[in-house]
Amino acid sequence: MNAHLPVLLIVLPLVAAPLCVLLRHRTAVRGLAVATSWVCLGIALALLDQVQESGLISYQLGGWAPPLGIEYRVDLLNAYVLVIVASIGAVVMPFGIGTDEPGIREGQHHLYYAAFLLCLTGLLGITITGDAFNVFVFLEIASLASYTLISLGQNRRALTAGFSYLIMGSIGGTFILIGIGMVYMMTGTLNMADMALRLPPVLGTTTVLMAFAFMVIGTCIKLAVFPLHQWLPNAYSYAPPVVSAFLAATATKVAYYVLARVIFTLFGVAFVFETIGLQRLLMPLSVLAMFLGSVAAIYQSDLKRLLAYSSIAQIGYMTLGLSFASVFGLTGGLVHLFNHALMKGGLFLVVAGIVYRLGSSTILDMRGLGRKMPITFAAFVIGGLSLIGVPGTVGFISKWYLVLAALEQGAYLIAAMILLSSLLAVVYVWRVVEVLYFQDGEDEGSELRDPPLSMLIPTWILIGGTIWFGFNTELTAGTAAEAARMLLGVVQ
Amino acid sequence: MEYLGLWNYWAVIILMMTGLYIVIARDNLVKKMMGLAIFQVSAIMLYVSMGKVTGGTAPILPPGPHHTVIYDPATLYSNPLPHVLMLTAIVVGIATTALGLSIVVRIYEAYGTAEEDEIVALDGQEQ
Repeated sequence: MNAHLPVLLIVLPLVAAPLCVLLRHRTAVRGLAVATSWVCLGIALALLDQVQESGLISYQLGGWAPPLGIEYRVDLLNAYVLVIVASIGAVVMPFGIGTDEPGIREGQHHLYYAAFLLCLTGLLGITITGDAFNVFVFLEIASLASYTLISLGQNRRALTAGFSYLIMGSIGGTFILIGIGMVYMMTGTLNMADMALRLPPVLGTTTVLMAFAFMVIGTCIKLAVFPLHQWLPNAYSYAPPVVSAFLAATATKVAYYVLARVIFTLFGVAFVFETIGLQRLLMPLSVLAMFLGSVAAIYQSDLKRLLAYSSIAQIGYMTLGLSFASVFGLTGGLVHLFNHALMKGGLFLVVAGIVYRLGSSTILDMRGLGRKMPITFAAFVIGGLSLIGVPGTVGFISKWYLVLAALEQGAYLIAAMILLSSLLAVVYVWRVVEVLYFQDGEDEGSELRDPPLSMLIPTWILIGGTIWFGFNTELTAGTAAEAARMLLGVVQ
Repeated sequence: MEYLGLWNYWAVIILMMTGLYIVIARDNLVKKMMGLAIFQVSAIMLYVSMGKVTGGTAPILPPGPHHTVIYDPATLYSNPLPHVLMLTAIVVGIATTALGLSIVVRIYEAYGTAEEDEIVALDGQEQ
């Protein structure tokens, strides 16, 4: 049983999805979806535990030995990302159980949960597989499910948002496919570990250079690296709020994982950072993302859109960490995967709760609500502090490592930029807090109160996590640092 | 003449750019979707043509007696793997096109048009 954990992690949600469509009964479907997501989390934690104890896990699908057969290959890095994805899935799935899911049409619930589970399958699959073509297949499973989920939003703009994400996402996916094909031409293998062994002799060829360009740009579209982020603000603003919470916390994280795999495992640090010099492009773009994302967030009138633009800035921090190509930088980037998943997931769940009660996510409609929905908005304030990077929250941990990485390389300007852009986060978080607590609402007598417990508990699990992991960094920063050392090939 | 020898790649590049241009330049969402489909087909053609080994025959082993196959090491075969991979990619392409077109149908129902410029104008009026 233990030996089959890697494949169960994928097969369970994959089988549960069509079962949801067949079951149709609302309570049964919800129970099945929640149970599946919890089992997935259990498996992901067990895998992380196994990897930490006994190292690399290699699972051969159908008993066909790699490199010919498909291999699920779990090392510290993807075990860590699997835990992030599975835990967000497990927290978000039961959100609002026992109520009407905010933003889902009547009679579509079973389809919604089926798409949700397929998306989870795809994201977990991308992370766990060791086969390059398998990455593409799972990427498309996750993407197609997320286009569907986004266009389920109630505003008709959700449809156009879903459509433009479909166009951008498919172009990105096809780029990755072309890149994989070119590497296959040169190496004759699809197994990523095998590719990494066979690539060095042919690294200088034009075909491999093109393959690298296609793969990196393809993943950067999925990751929404500035300036390839155009699909993200609309997609996150008009999707059903719970979907925004799930996708913001997981989809971009998995794309970041793919980027790290391509750069560090497949092509190697020396080729990417010395021969090509990717950091010369990625570093300025990351800094631009940090600033332009935050500035755009300041000017938004809709809370979901504000959080979406802030995501672009936060993705900038992650890619900045990657572009340092040092243990500190990569640790910062990887730990921010987890930390950003916690806080952005939590903040989007806060919005989902507000939308459930208020029916709107416009900031001006929330005047004075801080006093009527105290538990909800306390969560918002803590999540906001974490976005800024106040000590005691997880945001501080990520920025600490990033600043350390910048100082280590003597990049004082970059260190200053990290701090300056955090000040911009102060501005956009404060704007919301001011409206919530210091402005009077128009209808003082209205019956608005905190959303039901089934919404508050998941929200507070994530928001509580931003404080808990702000002090207990062993699981997050410890694992991230070890994964970073492994990727960079640094021996302790 | 060296460049003309790679004519299969030229065909792929022309298809790819045609598709990408349609996606960027057309306002009609259905046409955009068709452009995307052409773009995806170009990747499929790339894989299919890379599997061809010059002078190689189809990778099919002729049947021998008693449900066996005859394998002749002297025969040169084309690489069947890229073709198999593309079966999956074709399915992905169909799913993407089907999903995209069904979203276009929903957009048409919601907006009364499938032209991007008119949709942008309608969204602008709302604000």
